[in-house]
Amino acid sequence: MKEFALIFRLRDIADFKPSPEQMQERMNWLGSIAAQNKLADKGNTLLPVPGSAKTVKPNNVVTDGPYTEIKEFISGYIVVKAENIDEAVEIAKANPIFGQVGGNIEVREVLKRD
Amino acid sequence: MKETRSYNELLPHLFRQEYAKMTAVLCRHFGLRHIEIAEDIASDTFLKASEHWAINGIPENPAAWLYTVARNKAKDYFKHISVFETKIRHGLKPDNHKWENDFEFHEEIISDSQLAMIFAVCNPANNPESQIALALQILCGFSVEEIANAFLTKTETVKKRLQRARNNLRNDDFQVETLTGPEIRSRSDTVLKTLYLLFNEGYFSKSNHQFIRKELCSEAVRLILILTENPLTNTSQTNALLALMCFQSSRIEARINEKGEAVLFDEQDQNRWDKSLIEKGNYYLINATNGNEISKYHLEAGIAYWHTTDDKNKWRNILQLYNQLILIEYSPITALNRTFAFSKVYGQERAISEAEQLHLMEHNQYHGLLGYLYTPSNIPKAIEYYEQAVKLTTSETEKQTLNRKIERLKRKDDGQYR
Repeated sequence: MKEFALIFRLRDIADFKPSPEQMQERMNWLGSIAAQNKLADKGNTLLPVPGSAKTVKPNNVVTDGPYTEIKEFISGYIVVKAENIDEAVEIAKANPIFGQVGGNIEVREVLKRD
Repeated sequence: MKETRSYNELLPHLFRQEYAKMTAVLCRHFGLRHIEIAEDIASDTFLKASEHWAINGIPENPAAWLYTVARNKAKDYFKHISVFETKIRHGLKPDNHKWENDFEFHEEIISDSQLAMIFAVCNPANNPESQIALALQILCGFSVEEIANAFLTKTETVKKRLQRARNNLRNDDFQVETLTGPEIRSRSDTVLKTLYLLFNEGYFSKSNHQFIRKELCSEAVRLILILTENPLTNTSQTNALLALMCFQSSRIEARINEKGEAVLFDEQDQNRWDKSLIEKGNYYLINATNGNEISKYHLEAGIAYWHTTDDKNKWRNILQLYNQLILIEYSPITALNRTFAFSKVYGQERAISEAEQLHLMEHNQYHGLLGYLYTPSNIPKAIEYYEQAVKLTTSETEKQTLNRKIERLKRKDDGQYR
């Protein structure tokens, strides 16, 4: 079994706050992965809102959030267990954000540092 | 009519109730290392009762009588040891035996001793099976035969398990007389897990003896109630687990019919649910939600709570709680139950792919679930799954329940296609 990080990107900051129904669908997706015993890490949400997001750049330049410059922003991640990247991609395809709000999921194999 | 109650009836009942308490109090004085001495004295006391009561009748206050005898026997034992130590070994000073003054069986001491004993017995070094067996023996006064009956195992196996567990107990330097905050914190997870397993052993027991099953459940409740009496152990998790036990217990009568067969949740007669236990469950669940903590016991108690309601969002809420539960801890049973809840919200058809992803071929419940999910859409497939479930299940009552379903489906199938 390998591990893959699924990194969620949303298109619009307005989509960050899901409705209760959207939230339920997202939890169902996560619960479904866990029910298959394929969840390595339930991950975290990364807050994109002012005061919670800054970008540090060369020469001590610090800007607010990532959202002022780029359209898409990372909203969170989880780590799944899968035989290969294709299986991890299949898991990602079932994510409800595609039907709900749009955005994308980057699938990356985890190479453990140890 | 009270006079006609023979000591034969009363003694086993008292034995169950008092043996474990007596051992716990005695252990405070002898230490865990010498638990056998405490157990011997407790057994001797009951032996004496059976002889004495047969001739002289049952005393007015049987429990007090038992404790007086136990106290005297313990004193005799100490006197004997004391003589031995002072006269023969010259090692010990008499004032090492202060027990004479505080050797009492007050309600408070009994309760404290039992609490300490629960923590002593729940040793993380023991595996879950021996842990439950040990708890049943020491904390609940079950005999080896009764434990073997409850587990459907051979008495020899249980004996071996207990021996290993007792060795771990002796090698552990846990102090029964002084239960402190850090000790409680370090073991409370194991304690709650043991009580949870003890309850489940009764609730989902393979044994068909309804009496033993109820006894295991009520013992688990009795022990956890002791935890709620002490501020150090009356935690949010303790209350959540107790709430869970209350909700589950409320259905214990409705789960089994007169023939001893299991009745599925949907088919249970709700009038047979114990309303007062549901109310107690609600009370402890509210107590449990005082903090911000959400443990697996909170989630399971929440699920059990929703099961008692007729709310239109009942299954939606249950599914969400299962989603959270499976994130905390994966188990095949949780995965299967979650999928069942999913089917209740989104329909059997949609749940089929959810179920098939689980790949739990070796679990009879997996095939049972798929049999249920295929029932509206594909009867032959449903029968196939149910038949596979029959092959895999070891429980006779479950086999009967599944076979009845297969029969029903076969009749339905005939009606449709011929």
